[in-house]
Amino acid sequence: MATKASRSAARLMMAPAVILLLGWMLVPLTMTLWFSFRNYLPLRGGDLGWAGFDNYTRFITSSAFWPSVQATLIIVGAVLLITISLGIVLAILLDQPMWGQGVVRILVIAPFFVMPTVSALVWKNMFMDPNSGLFAYLWKFFGAEPVSWLSEASLPSIILIVSWQWLPFATLILLTAIQSLDSEQLEAAEMDGAPPLSRFLWLTLPHLARAITIVILIQTIFLLSIFAEIFVTTGGAFGTKTLTYLIFQRVLESQNIGLGSAGGVYAIILANIVAIFLMRIVGKNLDA
Amino acid sequence: MARSITNNRKALNTAIAWTIGLLIFFPILWTILTSFKTEAQAIADPPIFLFFDWTLENYAVVQERSNYTRFLMNSIIIAGGSTLLGVIIAVPAAWSMAFVPSNRTKDILLWMLSTKMLPAVGVLYPIYLIFIKMGLLDSRIGLTVILMLINLPIIVWMLYTYFREIPGEILEAARMDGASLRDEILYVLTPMAIPGIASTLLLNFILAWNEAFWTLNLTAAKAAPLTAFIASYSSPEGLFYAKLSAASTMAIAPILILGWFSQKQLVRGLTFGAVK
Repeated sequence: MATKASRSAARLMMAPAVILLLGWMLVPLTMTLWFSFRNYLPLRGGDLGWAGFDNYTRFITSSAFWPSVQATLIIVGAVLLITISLGIVLAILLDQPMWGQGVVRILVIAPFFVMPTVSALVWKNMFMDPNSGLFAYLWKFFGAEPVSWLSEASLPSIILIVSWQWLPFATLILLTAIQSLDSEQLEAAEMDGAPPLSRFLWLTLPHLARAITIVILIQTIFLLSIFAEIFVTTGGAFGTKTLTYLIFQRVLESQNIGLGSAGGVYAIILANIVAIFLMRIVGKNLDA
Repeated sequence: MARSITNNRKALNTAIAWTIGLLIFFPILWTILTSFKTEAQAIADPPIFLFFDWTLENYAVVQERSNYTRFLMNSIIIAGGSTLLGVIIAVPAAWSMAFVPSNRTKDILLWMLSTKMLPAVGVLYPIYLIFIKMGLLDSRIGLTVILMLINLPIIVWMLYTYFREIPGEILEAARMDGASLRDEILYVLTPMAIPGIASTLLLNFILAWNEAFWTLNLTAAKAAPLTAFIASYSSPEGLFYAKLSAASTMAIAPILILGWFSQKQLVRGLTFGAVK
């Protein structure tokens, strides 16, 4: 079908994108890998030579490492749990007949389009500020002592902000998946007297399984590297230092490039483990 | 009877959905409302919801003090430039993968996607170093290129899924009629692909506009876009709610409006065609 000429033309047309992405991947990756084996301290003498696996062992034995892994896992896990469970509820709700469905959809999706620095700053000041945030008023109204959210309940606060940002994404994808569910099947089950809960458990949920998996994988990849939300709110203090933030601090704040690069390699490996699963699903879909 | 039940249920659905929808939207609504208050009203106890003296003063002050237009221009140039550049590079690639697929096409597509999974922080220093060496730090060009590269996989993917929906027979018919490759692209493919290209531009413009890792780490004053401008408000002296709200509203308003048009593309663009 395709001629030889068109094949080589096709290759030529792909070349710019492929070469650019290859460079984008290989050059910085090689540099990170190289630095991770060096004693590289730009502010304290520069490249002080070969370090072997020192940076790798130092990175994971440093006192900040395990807390950062813990913070990362808690944030990613909690946000996934919240966005997916609420996302399923919202998707089912938005799929029901109602007035003004389009407007509600817009309201629900809106947070996704708010830039991360804005949502972090708005939540931090206008909602979570212990003196003049809305939550403080609400707490005082009910006679409770206002909470300084970002220092006393730092992780839940970050989780709330990030969940608010990602709930629209989960909802939208799950809604798309629900809309492809065969409504006749549901109706037949209803006629047979299946209660709503078992209809949900045995028909809707299995149908959503694939979409849920995809939401989990894509969100995990993005959530592992959340940055602005922490940069703007706590700056990594109060136990909110994630792995990404820890590496950022090692590299740009304390300028210990070797150590930061070793951390970077860990982060890349971690992201790749998740990515492999995502690729499998996407790849299967390409064949279909 | 059955009718009234469905209507009752519809009313109930409507009430619940609107309540939840408004609750989720509330932070944005509150920001927009606060941007029209005076600073005193913005922190009034109890909070004032609607009955305040509406003023545009905050917008004027934000513009005057921080030169908002410059950040806005940076955002437009960087997000627009990176998206446009990305599409120019991606169209030929996606075209050839969609219409002249080889047995390696799938692998190439998946590999491109895998570059998107690379955590930015893992390559922060190399990019930082390259930027210093090439004098690209705090430059629009540098940031445009970086944002183009991080969104290129998504652009290729989106275009690929759109192009695949164009029936191949039309291209063959054009070829039979003696159209050259160039004619094929210019006169047959392009008109049919324009809606898909437009959606791709839209979604990736939004993604680039909101990108907040590289824009925060690679800019200082000159090339800082709105993400960095807003982050500068996190310093204590910038803590004026009404002005913060005005600045935030200006930064998100254009994208909120564009975003509402791109709901459908969002699913396609961010799930790589895995959810339909």
